[in-house]
Amino acid sequence: MDNTFKESIQKAINNSNLTGALGKFSEAYKVNREKAYQGIDFEELRGRIAELKSFAAANLEELSERFTQKAEACGAKVFRTNDPAKVREYILKVAQDNGVKTVVKSKSMATEEIHLNPYLEKAGISVGETDLGEWIIQLAGQTPSHMVMPAIHMTKEEVSDLFSKEVNERLSSDIPRLVKVARDELRPRFLEADMGISGGNIAVAETGSIVLMTNEGNARLVTSLPKIHIALVGIEKLIANYADVATILKALPRSATAQLLTSYVSIITGQTPNTDGSMKDLHIILMDNRRSEMAADPKFKQALQCIRCASCLNVCPIFRLVGGHVFGKVYTGGIGTILTAWFDELKKSEDIQGLCIQCGACRDVCPGKIDIPELIMEIRRRLVQEKGLPLIQKAIYAVVNNRKLFHGMLRAASIAGKPFATGKFLRHLPLFLADLTDGRSLPAIASEPFRDRFRNIRQPKSQEKAAFYAGCLIDFAYPEMGEALIKILNSGGIEVIFPEGQTCCGAPARYNGAYEVAADNAVDNIQALLNEDVKYVISACPTCTVALKHEFISTFESVGLSGWIPKAKALSAKTVDFSTLIKKLVDEGRLSLKEGDEAGKITYHDSCHLKRTLKVSAEPRELLQKAGYQVTEMFECDTCCGMGGSYSMKLPEISAPILQRKLKNIKETGAPVVAMDCPGCVMQIRGGMDQDGAVVKVLHTVELLAERL
Amino acid sequence: MYQLFKAKAEGVSAEVFRFAMCEEALDFIIRFLQKEGVADEPYASAVWADSPFLKRIDRGALEKIAGLKFAVTRESAAAARFGISQMEWGLADTGTLVQNSTAIAQRLVSSLTSIHIALVPTDGILPDMPTLLSRVRPEVCAYIAMITGPSRTADIERVLTIGVHGPERLVIVFVDELGGDN
Repeated sequence: MDNTFKESIQKAINNSNLTGALGKFSEAYKVNREKAYQGIDFEELRGRIAELKSFAAANLEELSERFTQKAEACGAKVFRTNDPAKVREYILKVAQDNGVKTVVKSKSMATEEIHLNPYLEKAGISVGETDLGEWIIQLAGQTPSHMVMPAIHMTKEEVSDLFSKEVNERLSSDIPRLVKVARDELRPRFLEADMGISGGNIAVAETGSIVLMTNEGNARLVTSLPKIHIALVGIEKLIANYADVATILKALPRSATAQLLTSYVSIITGQTPNTDGSMKDLHIILMDNRRSEMAADPKFKQALQCIRCASCLNVCPIFRLVGGHVFGKVYTGGIGTILTAWFDELKKSEDIQGLCIQCGACRDVCPGKIDIPELIMEIRRRLVQEKGLPLIQKAIYAVVNNRKLFHGMLRAASIAGKPFATGKFLRHLPLFLADLTDGRSLPAIASEPFRDRFRNIRQPKSQEKAAFYAGCLIDFAYPEMGEALIKILNSGGIEVIFPEGQTCCGAPARYNGAYEVAADNAVDNIQALLNEDVKYVISACPTCTVALKHEFISTFESVGLSGWIPKAKALSAKTVDFSTLIKKLVDEGRLSLKEGDEAGKITYHDSCHLKRTLKVSAEPRELLQKAGYQVTEMFECDTCCGMGGSYSMKLPEISAPILQRKLKNIKETGAPVVAMDCPGCVMQIRGGMDQDGAVVKVLHTVELLAERL
Repeated sequence: MYQLFKAKAEGVSAEVFRFAMCEEALDFIIRFLQKEGVADEPYASAVWADSPFLKRIDRGALEKIAGLKFAVTRESAAAARFGISQMEWGLADTGTLVQNSTAIAQRLVSSLTSIHIALVPTDGILPDMPTLLSRVRPEVCAYIAMITGPSRTADIERVLTIGVHGPERLVIVFVDELGGDN
């Protein structure tokens, strides 16, 4: 990872204004968004948006053509180009042909994308941003840190300093007063401007209309007062039908700012009269800038379903810590990582793609139904394809891909690590697991891994069998979780088999873009697990479960090993996570847990893969309740703990504050125990609690239930 | 639908009133302007854009109000504190007003002033956006303007602040006599 990039992260995290403002906003956003969508079937709505936007993406040429015809028929001039340089030249030419001296702009990410302001200013044209946030960052000489709230990183004190300089008067930091200053300062500029430049939230092919949304009312002035209006629209804003405007208007303000509708929406179709009775000189620029290339890409065409609401930024546990500037100068956050890779270049996304912890929070809220984490993984995969893996990772995967060597090294680690272990925790792990984060103690490698302990476990025989897929953490760090699982399954009448040939699930390789390595892991595991005659393959690690159930198939698809897909599907059909299977056994009356509520208060942490990929969240809570625990929910129970596999090692400076927030939320419930279904989360949170000195016990649900049989 | 509209519009800080007759609405507007100190001075005057409402009332009472102008120009609108216009539709589920704003005067009075008074026929209230779009086509309305509450921003520290570039107050006056019984 680039050093300046690491420094920018450090700087952002140490900026308490930024983390404070973003943290507060992200907490409020979740609640308000929920409220704004009350009574609306979000899944149905985003299904419609995905459909109409993917249709548009598949028909960009036709829709551009139709839009052009319609808009030109009502007097607009439409300019289509793929080239950002041509966009800039076109705008400058219109300005120069008409003797334009001053321009007012309403907010437009497309103009940011092509760096329009400095270009026009170099040509001697004064450009004034009028969106309050954009104006603030223009005065500060900065770039937007958020698509919808460009100045969210600044404090009122900073704004008052900027405004004071601008108006030559010492202003207080009273926000209504500052807003009034902006109104008074910008009003004459609106009235004097020779040209207005806007973006476009939607472009309608059927009618040649553009739709503009603002809360401040600046777009109305920009499109009404100057005699020339240029709208710069990325072609991903095209939709086929006028009626579909309602569909997007239903989602965009709700997702962007949790409003039912923005204060102002304008649908502009062709020329309108100016104040002097002449007709508006209306130019609409349809800009491609690699969007049609994106549309032709089987994976990335999905990204054109984006309606630019920025909700992926608002729910991102990383974004709220580091803000937008770490991501770059234009598009930020999850979708921004993808857009940067395309509109700028793949290489530019090299560092920022690593910011994604793959928690999946953005995928759940995206109104365009874009699988943002998946696309970021695809960027990783392509980067690895293009540039290869870093040497150190190559060495690691060479080991991981050789099961015997890998397991041998883990065993060696249990001995080598011993002198450093204090109790159950290890301060420094040897070998490639070294160089780990502060703020979290790591588990000692078990002296006897699960695969060895298994041989000594005596089980009652049964016709119904399940293969246990332990995963590296349970096998080598938490074998007691595996023992607990067997105890529970036996009690439910299932005999457990442990196929020795099982190895790493491939998730670490896959999440680092090394799909070939992940595919090798998948083949080894399929051979080991499908070799047994069992009804279920059960795992108590959601990340492994997701690998077995979903990712083997998609990894094979990505690397072109289609011959393995039927077997991967057969494995997928048998694979089940721990809580789901146990819940089933309890529901069928085959397994009973100790009832009563004497077990006491407990809080539950939702692991990302379990909740958002496997869609399991009620099951473990019901089981814990049935086992006599009173479940007290913590704040943000389903927000990532910051583990993210090797993420916590690569970006400890981000992982640690995410963990701290999680610890705080757990402690605030007052529950003496926190349960979770993922050994990775246990490693992170237990280690955090240990360093924190808190007395809260951190346990896997499997351990808690085994005590209550 | 009126009740729903009112609740939603008030939820975004609009002020909502309803009168049966045009004369009552006129009386309300006159008293409102006077109470707020309308005067023939910069930033105290009022501009009234061409409205069907004006044809249904006796304009005599209006002519006596100093500072109320019917000639809407960028200068008169920029200098006015009050802007009055008639909007055609309301959307009940979001508390939104909608107008064919192709005529520039309609936009000036509702965007440059500090207080926008919007007259609306009560039966112009439609349930929602899809209904509106099925009735109002861009082929016949070059500038469809939707207004939901006053101008607002949260760009400084996410603190909601009313009145940035547009009006800081939106006063909605429904008149049944202008049509319908929603």
